Amino acid sequence: MEALLHQVFSGLATGGIYASLALALVMIYQSTNHINFAQGEMAMFSTYLAWNMINAGLPYWWAFLFTVAISFAAGVVIERVIIRPVENAPVLSVVTVFIALLVIFNSVAGWIYTYTIKTFPSPFPERALFGNRFISSHELGAIAITLAVLVVLYLFFRFTPLGLAMRAAAQNATSSRLVGIRVGWMLALGWGLAAAVGAVAGMLIAPIVYLDPNMMSGVLLYAFAAALVGGIDNPFGAVLGGFMVGVLENLMGAYVIGTELKLTVALVLIIGVLLFKPTGLFGRVFITRV
Amino acid sequence: MALLEVAGLFAGYGQENVLRGVGFAVEKGGITAILGANGAGKTTSLRAISGMLRRRGSVRFDGQPIEGLATEDIARLGVAHVPDGRGTFLDLTTEENLRIGAYTRKDRRAVAQDLERVFSYFPRLKERRRQQAGTLSGGEQQMLAVSRALMLRPRLLLLDEPSFGLAPLVVQDIFRIMRGINADEGVSVLLVEQNAGLALELADRAYVLETGQVVISGTAAQVRSDESVRRAYLGF
Repeated sequence: MEALLHQVFSGLATGGIYASLALALVMIYQSTNHINFAQGEMAMFSTYLAWNMINAGLPYWWAFLFTVAISFAAGVVIERVIIRPVENAPVLSVVTVFIALLVIFNSVAGWIYTYTIKTFPSPFPERALFGNRFISSHELGAIAITLAVLVVLYLFFRFTPLGLAMRAAAQNATSSRLVGIRVGWMLALGWGLAAAVGAVAGMLIAPIVYLDPNMMSGVLLYAFAAALVGGIDNPFGAVLGGFMVGVLENLMGAYVIGTELKLTVALVLIIGVLLFKPTGLFGRVFITRV
Repeated sequence: MALLEVAGLFAGYGQENVLRGVGFAVEKGGITAILGANGAGKTTSLRAISGMLRRRGSVRFDGQPIEGLATEDIARLGVAHVPDGRGTFLDLTTEENLRIGAYTRKDRRAVAQDLERVFSYFPRLKERRRQQAGTLSGGEQQMLAVSRALMLRPRLLLLDEPSFGLAPLVVQDIFRIMRGINADEGVSVLLVEQNAGLALELADRAYVLETGQVVISGTAAQVRSDESVRRAYLGF
């Protein structure tokens, strides 16, 4: 029983991280109908920046904040400079750009930081909090930070004029322009937010999976699975999907298929959802008259 | 003094020109109607003014050329466009749809007042303020579209077929409100309408478009008494 609870809790911790990354994917998907395949590698690169700053002697939380801010700015710049020119290009061109970004970030990280695996510190103490045996303090902290990020995003999108404008721009670009919203900038802000959220996910997962240029490839797959399970156009679904995938992955790994095959859980989920319920649990069915 | 002056306007989709040298004007505080059959270029005229498509020619708003501006910048000058198809933000609530209409305004208190004002025009929208706009009926969405445009506090209102798909009573309501806004606040209106009788009642100037060109123009009274207009659009 204790072991089971432990698996569930640590599943929730990694699930929260998948949820963040899935949310980043959904934010961009909602406004552009594209999946940013480079989201994971961008997060990985952000994590390396944090590692640089921490190694240079910056306190963890300052490094954390700076990394989030830099990632946000970088996300905005990437949208403006790289994505915008292909805004109206065919889907395959856009996918190619995303894959190129993925490869570039991965290779540049390998070039600068080498492919040697590094440890990344956790801001939380080694010993378990409150003397419990089910969950490490990093896992508990990761869940707390994830939830805090989600709440902040929710409040932003729900209650601020800028958040409302971003939702409006994502839904109906034409009508948004007619009320004076600069839709292009809203997309860029969306990219910035997604990159910032991704950076948080990267910094939270790095102490668990260790820091190397390929650290996000598995995480991104789980995030895809999470987004698809929840419904690719539904942020709440993506978050819930993230937690579900995290727990499921851990339980399957511990009791059914073993840790070596854990990643297949994500692939099976992706294929299963696409085959049997393409809209996911909370996605909407779009009916198009042709 | 004209608030909006359009001259020699060419516009269209892809390579095709729908408008072929159109010219018309809206006086300050005036209501101009554009009439014409389906495909004559009425909706295209409004879209060209708002910069929603490729256009060539001269469009002046309050003396300032706007034919090179982006849609959002034209809106920021005070041109509110109630588009063809209503342009509802389906996943936002009714109230959010209205608030987004006031996105460019900084005067929060006045925005809150305007919200109450459009709710007083259309009590139905107030009842549905927390409801997703996608669940509103067609008529309610049309009210919402007009209200969203009013939330911008426009100087010029571009109305694309406000009567489309509405029950006659609601149409009367909308036209009465338009007349009120025009009279009380001096908002100028450019109205595109299939229902020529209704439009000519409201407007002071009118233009009839045929295949992308103005064929008849004048005061509403002149256009109404035009033999061919009567036969083609008024049905008597």
